[in-house]
Amino acid sequence: MANVIEADHLGKHYRGTWALRECTLAIPAGHVAALVGPNGAGKTTLLNLAVGLAEPSAGAVTVLGGRTAGSRAALDGIAFVAQDTPVYQNLSAKDLLHLTRNLNRHFDLGYARGRLGELGIPLKRKAGKLSGGQQAQLALTLALGRRPRLLVLDEPLANLDPVARHDFMATVMAAVAADGVSVLLSSHVLAELERVADYLILLSQGQVQLAGKAGDLLASHRMAGLEELALAYLRKTLEVAR
Amino acid sequence: MSALTMSARLGNDTDLRPVPWRRMAWVTWRQHRFALAGVAGLLGVLAAYLVFTGLPMHHAFAAVAACRPASSLACGNAIGDFDNAHWSTAEAIAVLLQVVPALIGAFAAAPILARELETGTFRYAWTQGIGRTRWTLAKLVPLAVTAAAAAGAFSVLFYWYFKPFVDQGLQTRLPPLAPLVFDLHGVAFAAWTLAACSIGALAGMLIRRVVPAIAATMAAWAGLALAAGLFLRQHYLTPLVAHNPNLPGSAWIISSWYTGRNGKPLSQAAVSQFLQGYHPAAQQVGPNSVQTNLDPVGYITQHGYKFWVTYQPGSRFWPFQWIEGGYLLGLSVLLIAATIWLVRHRAA
Repeated sequence: MANVIEADHLGKHYRGTWALRECTLAIPAGHVAALVGPNGAGKTTLLNLAVGLAEPSAGAVTVLGGRTAGSRAALDGIAFVAQDTPVYQNLSAKDLLHLTRNLNRHFDLGYARGRLGELGIPLKRKAGKLSGGQQAQLALTLALGRRPRLLVLDEPLANLDPVARHDFMATVMAAVAADGVSVLLSSHVLAELERVADYLILLSQGQVQLAGKAGDLLASHRMAGLEELALAYLRKTLEVAR
Repeated sequence: MSALTMSARLGNDTDLRPVPWRRMAWVTWRQHRFALAGVAGLLGVLAAYLVFTGLPMHHAFAAVAACRPASSLACGNAIGDFDNAHWSTAEAIAVLLQVVPALIGAFAAAPILARELETGTFRYAWTQGIGRTRWTLAKLVPLAVTAAAAAGAFSVLFYWYFKPFVDQGLQTRLPPLAPLVFDLHGVAFAAWTLAACSIGALAGMLIRRVVPAIAATMAAWAGLALAAGLFLRQHYLTPLVAHNPNLPGSAWIISSWYTGRNGKPLSQAAVSQFLQGYHPAAQQVGPNSVQTNLDPVGYITQHGYKFWVTYQPGSRFWPFQWIEGGYLLGLSVLLIAATIWLVRHRAA
């Protein structure tokens, strides 16, 4: 399988400080990959680089088997839901479906309408009048309606209550089961990704500390769970920093 | 699927056809119809006002223009009455219209990118399959061109409205190059609207917040408009020089002065003193007795002094319109290009 994301000595600096440096990694297709690390570790920077919102200061990043990040070919196959799931507050769910359909070559309107129906989100209601959980589901539906090969989610669960978190991940996992879409999602709380993630990238202080399939990592480190493993690594990097 | 066939499949559609432009037309209309309606409403209300006040004014002016003999006292009074009745309104409208391009640029154009960046929706919009270059072009260009076209149509109406006051030969109020009206006529009004929209787009992208972007657009536009009106426009073509004070009313006078016998310019005080000392009667020359032969300029030149005036003749109206329209169009293209560059390279 090709790699959905390949970074080669990738770096990004903002105003003199490196948000991400010397990042080399390859995430194979067909995984639900969790990008984990403390706040300020460079997770959002890496995701912005992967979806083309930011340009590398050093190195290179390609997606979907060698496409330049941010190119039209890359954007055609990637759907991105940013942190706080921004959607136009003054547009109705129906308008947002049409908007997304018009901004892409393909959009599965039937799927998206059906999904919003199941979620009980009224098509006529403005996005700004929906609850936080409903807005997140709406943004996710807009992304999945594009039938992407790679779904990128930046801190999708950060502002959701426990029920909404569960429902959101259920939608993601249903798409994985149905379409085989690859997923890359970031979080600073690993506990809630433990059950779904089968690939882990641990980022700390702008550098990749650990990357690999969850099963392999647990076996080689003799750990029972991803959270335990991540914590051990984060403690280690903190000690090194001191 | 092996890595080879997967990358072959991915490689095949890397030159995929882009999302067609017409799809963006719906997006632009759906998201900016209120801004467009605002532009249409503003220009529509102003146009209605021009028509309702302009029709009776033109009616009155036709009567004044038909007065014969034109040099009679009665006709002179009729012109004076017309002026008293209509000039102040027309002048106020011309002053008010000066800011219309800035309002359009600030309130219709500046929020387009600033709102996306302020609310974070650019992270949605600029990661869709259409790509952000197309998205930005398909928003900025139609909106700016539509606003400019509406302004252009409006300036035709203004030309009709203001005609009695611009170089009619009969009663000349203003030369057509006068700062008050030049940029409301011809292609200039549309060009200034286009420039204001481009300034707004770039300000929105640079500042990334709606209200400061609106303020910055107004400030930048005002600076440019003042620079053009006060300093640049008079130099588009080299001004003509004359020594005759009786220039045609269509001439836009830039400066005038006297030089003494030694060829050096005289101060205003020196000229007044000269007039006082050598010809006391000149002081009694009031505005109503210009027809008498107490011409101070003629008197002063007889005594070896020289009168100078630099001016732009009215025949340069269209060359000046094309010069101003041309560089504003060039500036607009540059600003939009800079905005697109920033969108491509400084998104996050």
